[in-house]
Amino acid sequence: MALLQISEPGQSPAPHQHKLAVGIDLGTTNSLVATVRSGMSTVLHDEHGHALLPSVVRYLQDAVIVGHEAQAAQSLDPVNTIVSVKRFMGRALHDITDRAHIPYHFVENESSQGILEIKTRAGLKSPVEISAEILKTLKTRAEKALGGELTGAVITVPAYFDDAQRQATKDAARLAGLHVLRLLNEPTAAAVAYGLDNAAEGVYVIYDLGGGTFDISILRLSKGVFEVLATNGDSALGGDDFDHRIFCWVLDQVRSKTTEFKPLSEEDTRLLLTKARQAKEWLTDNHEANIVCKLSNGALVDETLSVAQFVSLTEHLVIKTLSPTRKAMRDAGLSIDEIKGVVLVGGATRMPHIRHAVQAFFEQEPLTNLDPDKVVALGAAIQANVLAGNRSDDELLLLDITPLSLGLETMGGLVEKVIPRNSTLPIARAQDFTTYKDGQTAMAIHVVQGERELVSDCRSLARFELRGIPPMAAGAARIRVTFQVDADGLLSVSAREQTNGVEANITVKPSYGLNEDQITNMLKDSFGAAESDKAARMLREAVVDAQRLMEAIQAALAEDGDTLLNADERQQIESHIDALLALCQGTDSHAVKQASDALNHATEDFAAKRMDASVQKALAGKNLDSLEL
Amino acid sequence: MQNYFALFQLPQQFALDMTLLDTQYRKLQAEVHPDKFVNASPAERLQSMQMATQVNEAYQVLKQPTSRARYLLQLQGIHTDEENNTAMPGDFLMAQMEWREAMDDARVTKDIPALDALLTEMRAQAKVLQQQVANEIVAAPTQAALTVRKLRFIDKVSEDVNQLIAQLEE
Repeated sequence: MALLQISEPGQSPAPHQHKLAVGIDLGTTNSLVATVRSGMSTVLHDEHGHALLPSVVRYLQDAVIVGHEAQAAQSLDPVNTIVSVKRFMGRALHDITDRAHIPYHFVENESSQGILEIKTRAGLKSPVEISAEILKTLKTRAEKALGGELTGAVITVPAYFDDAQRQATKDAARLAGLHVLRLLNEPTAAAVAYGLDNAAEGVYVIYDLGGGTFDISILRLSKGVFEVLATNGDSALGGDDFDHRIFCWVLDQVRSKTTEFKPLSEEDTRLLLTKARQAKEWLTDNHEANIVCKLSNGALVDETLSVAQFVSLTEHLVIKTLSPTRKAMRDAGLSIDEIKGVVLVGGATRMPHIRHAVQAFFEQEPLTNLDPDKVVALGAAIQANVLAGNRSDDELLLLDITPLSLGLETMGGLVEKVIPRNSTLPIARAQDFTTYKDGQTAMAIHVVQGERELVSDCRSLARFELRGIPPMAAGAARIRVTFQVDADGLLSVSAREQTNGVEANITVKPSYGLNEDQITNMLKDSFGAAESDKAARMLREAVVDAQRLMEAIQAALAEDGDTLLNADERQQIESHIDALLALCQGTDSHAVKQASDALNHATEDFAAKRMDASVQKALAGKNLDSLEL
Repeated sequence: MQNYFALFQLPQQFALDMTLLDTQYRKLQAEVHPDKFVNASPAERLQSMQMATQVNEAYQVLKQPTSRARYLLQLQGIHTDEENNTAMPGDFLMAQMEWREAMDDARVTKDIPALDALLTEMRAQAKVLQQQVANEIVAAPTQAALTVRKLRFIDKVSEDVNQLIAQLEE
């Protein structure tokens, strides 16, 4: 292991070192990685010059293939070649309503809330693991192109992704060995790329129709501040659905011509879906598309689809995007004439009838001067660059919101909303509860996400039990449950009993399908088979984390140590750093983690003082007398 | 918990310079937002999340007239008690009933323009009450509590109308 370089306490670490940070667009159909080089956001290519990595993963007996090669094999090996895995992230088996048309062997994982897995020749694979393979490929690509290890990544998610889908994405990144700087909403990323590129000011709409998801976001852009006003969408609507309509149409045509039509094999299903996608893309610039192929039973498919037919087949899908659009406009309290521009994002927005519908709705021609496939990754790279600390003079501030309301189940299966949708992040809300019966010592809490009134119509996020409430008369206990949604849009719930001074403090991070132990085990497995190898990796991870922590604290000490701490307080912190430094030279990963926690704990007061100083600094120079009233 | 007006360095009163509120909000978030603390220690990241959360909460409370009025009364130790105290003067209740009826009619006839007109009417009514509450907070705080309850009533009907419009549009 290379020796760690750590500067003398009190001195700042190597200044102006460019950190390697990337933005990753983990898409349904294609994925991309981008970075900021010499001030320009650029998409990174693979060795063949491809920018887009097809989000396709093929499992062989003892190898995994990702991208173009896997895509080429999808009709030959449909069961082991997973496409559009994003649609399954954070989802249970019963959520996938069209699984009859998908050629995978889905399995319900009994141990974890019915989360789905796919049976491949390499064993059962969860969507998180499959996505991690795509992320690993992009990580390798980036490290090769940039010539070093990545400091961190910003990963984009559809704005309308719920907590389960976000958590699954973060788990996948962790499994791929990526340090996640932030989960960023795709439309917000697009707005950053577009806004900075065009020095845009005012209210903009981002209409983002990807392979499997639809988002609409309305943002106010002002002097580097990107404030999301409202967002809406459909996390199960995208270009794939247009392919599927063509697929069904072809089947109908074939069926109407033959008396005996056998059910399609998995290979044929995949082949026809691929042909359908090609026809859709062809129709963007042509009047008609020929769909010709030979099925495995020898039957020949030869159909011609006209633009007019395609439009009528998919008109309802286009209309389906306008309902969330209207809702978002209403939530933002805006009328059409207040919209400065409409930016189209996502490959599916290349379809002319989508463009026409958007133009008709907003009464203006949509902006298409950025590549709809790349704009999200480019925006994510810009934020990654800022978050990694490469831009000191940054004026970029993203104020994003929660797309869906969060609530609790109350009597009769009704939802009590705690955090309304479109609340600016981070946000916290507390709700007080009491007991229903005398002597009741436990309470079940069910957290749901969605806009509907009935629990059964919303998505269940977490169920947990609060135990150890001191027995007392019904209605006497006071339990405060606090919801916190962080800047990644991820929820944590804590609860405490307030009477009798008993603090039953718990924190629940809803985790879908994968709990902390499972992720740790997967990570360990991926480190290699040998026990010694695993231990070495665990140690390395712990030391990297410790190093990150010490760097952060030393930077803080260099900045404010003299003004905010007395000699004793400073000595305290520095002795913790010394202890951790010594342990980092050793081999005990557990001790390194413990000492890191101790160091962090020792800096809590200092952190609070620094935050106060930041607040003062923010409004410094403002004199109350000079305020205009 | 810091006084929200003090946090934004704004005078503690109902009439607010909204542009200044926006500016102060953005200045604060530019310093305390979690994006500025991605590489900081966990202790600082936690501080940042809590502070940014508080700034968001304060901004929301000050931005909306009803919550701003409620907060000003709360600072004076007066609780508006909207959950329990639903006693309203007769004429106000009459107006409520008329709005609810108009809403039901529009639901049947699916008349979205009528609902939009209803929203405009309620906004005008709310405006009058807001002007009234600005004076009452200083001169007659107990009276102000009733006005806040009225405003909350109107907000609630407006929310319902908005929800109905969303339903009808689907």
